[in-house]
Amino acid sequence: MGMAIAHIMASCMGGIRTAGDLVAWMQMTRKMKINEAKAYVAEKLGIEVFDLTNEEVMRELRKDLGLGTVTSIAGGPKGIRAKMKIAELLDIKIRSVELFKSQMGL
Amino acid sequence: MTNQILTRMGDGERLWMDVEDVMDDIRDGCADAAQRIGVPELSEEDQKKLFDILAEPSRIVSVNPGEEVIVSDDGTTMSFYSGQDGGGVGTPLSRQQAVQTYERACGADTTSLGHSDYSYKPVKSIINFEANDYYNISQVTTAPFFYGAQPNMGLYFQPDGPCPNAAELMPLGKIEEARQAQEQACDYLADDLVFVGSKLAEVGLEGLNFDTSGSAGDADFLAALQGVERLKEKFPDLPILMGGAGEFILGMHGELTYDDKRIAGMYTIDQVKAVEKAGANIYGMAVNTATTESVPWNLARAVTFLKATTDTAAIPVHANVGMGVCGVPMMEQPPIDAVTRVSKALVQIGKADGL
Repeated sequence: MGMAIAHIMASCMGGIRTAGDLVAWMQMTRKMKINEAKAYVAEKLGIEVFDLTNEEVMRELRKDLGLGTVTSIAGGPKGIRAKMKIAELLDIKIRSVELFKSQMGL
Repeated sequence: MTNQILTRMGDGERLWMDVEDVMDDIRDGCADAAQRIGVPELSEEDQKKLFDILAEPSRIVSVNPGEEVIVSDDGTTMSFYSGQDGGGVGTPLSRQQAVQTYERACGADTTSLGHSDYSYKPVKSIINFEANDYYNISQVTTAPFFYGAQPNMGLYFQPDGPCPNAAELMPLGKIEEARQAQEQACDYLADDLVFVGSKLAEVGLEGLNFDTSGSAGDADFLAALQGVERLKEKFPDLPILMGGAGEFILGMHGELTYDDKRIAGMYTIDQVKAVEKAGANIYGMAVNTATTESVPWNLARAVTFLKATTDTAAIPVHANVGMGVCGVPMMEQPPIDAVTRVSKALVQIGKADGL
């Protein structure tokens, strides 16, 4: 466990603390290499690539766009609802979201 | 500057090494990898960068701001609640609690779920339980959520499985029989990979991980490639991460091919092209750590393999950085001084797309 946390501290984008999950979605769904994936997400968010891992920028942006925040906010989009927003923002298909939408008749 | 550097051996032992010895090990590690795959050694500049990372006096190091990459995982969430055999710390968390803790408290880029055995064969008989847990957790997570396990073809040989035991046939000189047994096991394994992957895909699977493919040799790797191909045909939108078991695929069969290329002996630069051809979205690169060599030697070797592999890859390459791979010492509790130096070097010099 300590090893995984050490890698996160040393090299990780920060997951939902920042934009790590968003960049990961692009590698998974479009096979983008790291720099291409970062550039794509930054363009969609309207920020500089350098700010993708800046908590001070990403926290507010995630909150405003409904992408889910790392701190738990009552009434804020979380889980599958946040992923719906992420899929929409990034123009990708997330399979769990597609299933949820089909169940909801969307 | 002190003439000695605090570092580790591949088994985790801490030691002081002379600067000249560290540089020698870096050169030797680079040369070993370069010679094996027929690429140039790391440049003098890259070797100096690697030395600087290893010589950094801080207890832990990190990549420079802006150079962060995706850190995916292969069952890390299981380490919250499992025991020693899985590197687990035995805290009383449910699977859902572990996944959400990893996502929200640790800030991981991706999370995952896996069966305690972490092999596809035992998952087959409990697939509905796994699908149910996967589906429930996927509703409350935000970061990409993988299901992972190892192909682990060894489980298909007698007495654990249906096929004659190839490892017992070979010492008897029954080479052809051993090959037939592996081909049979390969078919069973590919079917199981497709079965498990399909069942999970039906409940909204976000990503599937074939972890440590090729651990039982070339037939094991072939089964994983065929599994990827068949799943991609059924579910073109299913992201699949296919990771290797080492820098070199063992030729336990020796004659199997994929895309007209012999699988036995494939190094990482060839593995990634096969994985690409099969249709996987991410390749996980593994380079085994030699316990009798130093971390500088192991890391230089891993970085050389990685840089050549990322240069040739059209898909993202994640360097596998668990216990005993890509320069991480081979022990249950890898020291974080070595882990963070491996992390930084693979990203900044090896140009990993992720870890």
